[in-house]
Amino acid sequence: MSMPLLTASDLVGGYRPGLPILHGAGIQVSAGEFVALIGPNGAGKSTLMKAIAGIVPIWSGQVELAGRVVTNTPPHRLAEAELAFVPQTNNVFTSLTIDENLRLGAAALSRGQAGQALARSYEAFPDLTRFRNVPARALSGGQRQMLAVARALLTSPKLLMLDEPSAGLSPLMVSDVFSRLKALVHDGVAILMVEQNVKAAFSVADRAYVLTEGRNRLDGTPEHLSAMDEIVELYLGGGGRKH
Amino acid sequence: MLFQVLADGILTGSIIALGAIGLTLTMSVLRFPNFAHAELITFGAYIALAVLGLTGAFMGPLAPLSFGLPLILATVVAMAATAVLALLIDRLVYRKLRARSKKMTVVFGSFGVSLLVRMSILLVFGGAATYYSTALQRAIRVGGLFRVMPDQVFTLGLTIIIVVGLHLFLKFTRLGLAMRAYAENPQLVGIYGYDSERVLRWTWIIGAALAALAGVLYGLTVQIRPEIGFHLLLPLFAAAIMGGVGNVHGAVLGGLIVGLAESLSIYLIPPGYKMAVPFLLLLLILYLRPTGLFGSAKGAVR
Repeated sequence: MSMPLLTASDLVGGYRPGLPILHGAGIQVSAGEFVALIGPNGAGKSTLMKAIAGIVPIWSGQVELAGRVVTNTPPHRLAEAELAFVPQTNNVFTSLTIDENLRLGAAALSRGQAGQALARSYEAFPDLTRFRNVPARALSGGQRQMLAVARALLTSPKLLMLDEPSAGLSPLMVSDVFSRLKALVHDGVAILMVEQNVKAAFSVADRAYVLTEGRNRLDGTPEHLSAMDEIVELYLGGGGRKH
Repeated sequence: MLFQVLADGILTGSIIALGAIGLTLTMSVLRFPNFAHAELITFGAYIALAVLGLTGAFMGPLAPLSFGLPLILATVVAMAATAVLALLIDRLVYRKLRARSKKMTVVFGSFGVSLLVRMSILLVFGGAATYYSTALQRAIRVGGLFRVMPDQVFTLGLTIIIVVGLHLFLKFTRLGLAMRAYAENPQLVGIYGYDSERVLRWTWIIGAALAALAGVLYGLTVQIRPEIGFHLLLPLFAAAIMGGVGNVHGAVLGGLIVGLAESLSIYLIPPGYKMAVPFLLLLLILYLRPTGLFGSAKGAVR
């Protein structure tokens, strides 16, 4: 295993002072690794991701990205530090066209680089080219998700964080999105993904963390976790299946 | 007679439009109606007057306009000074209120700021009416139908240039895109990698600079008094809301409609009630189409 790209340790934080949602959660992602974050509703998975992304305040603990301490760094500075984040909902600007969304997403790059990044993006997502001058509000859920991922990739991040990329998508779209993510990891991008659909997450992830009540509960490879009774019962259809 | 009334209405309307553009931008991006916007207009008018007092009218007017290079210079200084004032107000008052209180608190804060600025102007410059220039202008006769002042034609032309410029700015520059984006979802702007503080800063700068410009142009057509901005407040809000909050083109059209309605009202009501016209329009629009004449998306910058 190579040097960790992201190390978040002992994070305590939340939206309102005095009401912590994270109670010491931590996570590690190596370069080029595909890591899934699972757990019951309200476990703090999204909050953990938002805290790393600089959106939810961290009261104690530390986030280190590629050897630099980036705890509570504003999101636009993290984009420069090669971290990209795709929120679960409202992750594109619906009043802007696809092209405008991508141009704004490439704003951290120089003009020349931005032009190239946009060209690459349209090449990788031909669907977006067809609708480039259409406001994003006219897109389907799957197309929006594509746009959100395309936008996040513009700055060629080393780490891509996705909050439930499969939410609201048809099974066909989910497998499409996941195979694209798998291809990205193959190209060397590390992915950290919150996912309710544990079966789907285990099918692509190298490793997974199980979070409950803002703390780490378990972690390991999908094979290792799938063999545990607790996981089978709660998430893999042993009992009532989630999602 | 009718043509004269129409021409006057369009020209008053273009000044209202200039002020309303700034108001609609700050209202949609910063998400609160800034009642102190009117005082930015007054402030701009007075700073230009002060600069003019310092430099003197060292050159004659640029015929056929009533003003010359000194006023243009003074206007540029006024726009910059008003932008600084707006940034200062945001830093000292609005930012703190935004961070820890409800939206209504910010609105009331803006009433307070409005009073403070207006009274400070009164204190420094006095309440007497003044003028940029007492030179007489010769009106241009248009086809024997109506007469316009060269300054008014200049104002209309400048408004058109600014609207086209802003349209291109919002459509093609990164900052323009970021401003439209911020109006929809402030948090996502940072996630997209754009500094949202920069968006806030430039929204104030652009809104305040346009307010100052409107102040000077208004000062050219009427007397300059500490209440000129305050008297424009209702027409500005009527125009901005009629056009749909955040809609730059809508604000211009709204401004023209308010200006025309005001001047056409002389056929129906005594001129003394002219000031009630924007109020009636505002009531009407809020009752019939609260999202504005062209508005479907609420609060988006277009």
